[in-house]
Amino acid sequence: MAMKNRVVITGLGAVSPYGRGTDALVEGLLQGRSAVRTMPELARVGGMRPRLAATVLGIDPKEIPRKLRRSMSPMSVFAVLAAQEAVAQGGLSTFHCGDGRLGVAIGSTVGSTQAIEDFFRDFFTDNSLERMKTTLFFQIMNHTVAANVVQALEISGRLLAPASACSTGCQAVGYGFEMIAAGRQEMMLCGGADEFHPLTVATFDIMNAASFAFNEEPSRSPRPFDRDRDGMVCSEGAGVVLLESLPSALARGASILGEVAGFATVSDTGNIAHPDPKVMARCMELALADAGVEPEQVDYVNAHATGTQQGDQAECEAVVAVFGGSVPVSSYKGHIGHTMAASGSLELIAALELMNRQRLVPTLNLKNIDPLCGGVRHPEAVSASSIAVFVKNSFALGGVNSTLVVRRYPND
Amino acid sequence: MTDQEIIELINSSLIEEFELEAERMTPDAHIYQDLGLDSLDIVDMVVVLENAFKFKIREGDGVRDIRTLGDIHRFVIEKKRALEGRTA
Repeated sequence: MAMKNRVVITGLGAVSPYGRGTDALVEGLLQGRSAVRTMPELARVGGMRPRLAATVLGIDPKEIPRKLRRSMSPMSVFAVLAAQEAVAQGGLSTFHCGDGRLGVAIGSTVGSTQAIEDFFRDFFTDNSLERMKTTLFFQIMNHTVAANVVQALEISGRLLAPASACSTGCQAVGYGFEMIAAGRQEMMLCGGADEFHPLTVATFDIMNAASFAFNEEPSRSPRPFDRDRDGMVCSEGAGVVLLESLPSALARGASILGEVAGFATVSDTGNIAHPDPKVMARCMELALADAGVEPEQVDYVNAHATGTQQGDQAECEAVVAVFGGSVPVSSYKGHIGHTMAASGSLELIAALELMNRQRLVPTLNLKNIDPLCGGVRHPEAVSASSIAVFVKNSFALGGVNSTLVVRRYPND
Repeated sequence: MTDQEIIELINSSLIEEFELEAERMTPDAHIYQDLGLDSLDIVDMVVVLENAFKFKIREGDGVRDIRTLGDIHRFVIEKKRALEGRTA
């Protein structure tokens, strides 16, 4: 294997359905609190069955100056606040942001659906462009989140805006990791962001992948790996991590929170919507090989598991194939729902922080393990746990699989 | 609408759209240097004024010559009076 730079994590930033900050995210998970609630406005979409979501409350976008904010939809606001948190934790100054050593890899599923809806609702009244504001495009372009983050933080390095739906956050971290490993950037802010819109729920509802059996009991859904699961619950947020080459972090005296040891992403060409456990397993195996880590060295798997019938079952089958049955596996989506493009990075942040706090958080709402999701160890309660290496999975519509391998630091 | 009512509607519309402070809305305030607007804002300002006064502002109407808030007041008052004269 070619020599490559080691890559560490020196900052974390989160905006989640628990609110603002990594601490709020981790505390919510440790408390086993559901962030899911009823969303009566989902009834405005004809034929839609779900009435649940987990949305971000308590954020005041106006703390971002108007000139920066005018090009932002909520997903960019979330990402900017998360990026600011990560940069502050990493101890980066404005100088660091602007000297070219820091780049950005942050994506979303699509641009702002609300902005698109607002525009076309107005446009179709008389097909006129005369009421169109100049800032609309900046909210709907595919790289809206990454562009708004670089503008707000005055980051002058390279910009990448991966878009692979639910794999986005995980891929963004992986691609940032590869850029640093290859010596192309010294530091990268990486992650994903998404904002809630009823049509996102509709997308999953028409594929029978969104939960609606618990509309009257929001905290009981989603239920990853549970016998009674009936689909995902859509949510929103942003997760941004600051990656850095090990020499750069050591030279700055930065606090090192963990090491990205390996990454893999592969395409599942069997079906655009239905995952193949064999391809999931191959993705995990490639990530382990990239990290130089054996399956038995992995202490925890943070699953993608969204609460759908097929996805959860396929992931369990793949985990058993790679790791056997003894490694603890859990999904945080029972707590915070599916934050879409943010999920990979947001859940990575939580898993990393919990590794450092030596805690293992079980899957919320997992009461009766589906026999088809058996074979792996599902922790039953929050427990003390010494984790040295964990794996983070993200799998997306479109057949996009991605896996990160993260190690505690120091680890030599 | 009196000239004063027009000025108040202009000011309140711009305050809301661009989050400006009311005390800075003096006629001699420079729209770039004092109010902090930029070229994107000026395009959006046209949309805001069109919506507030229900008229269309065309290329060549003189928007590019606007420098101060007082210029905006005069521009809108003249435009409105011209349209009223046409329909009177």
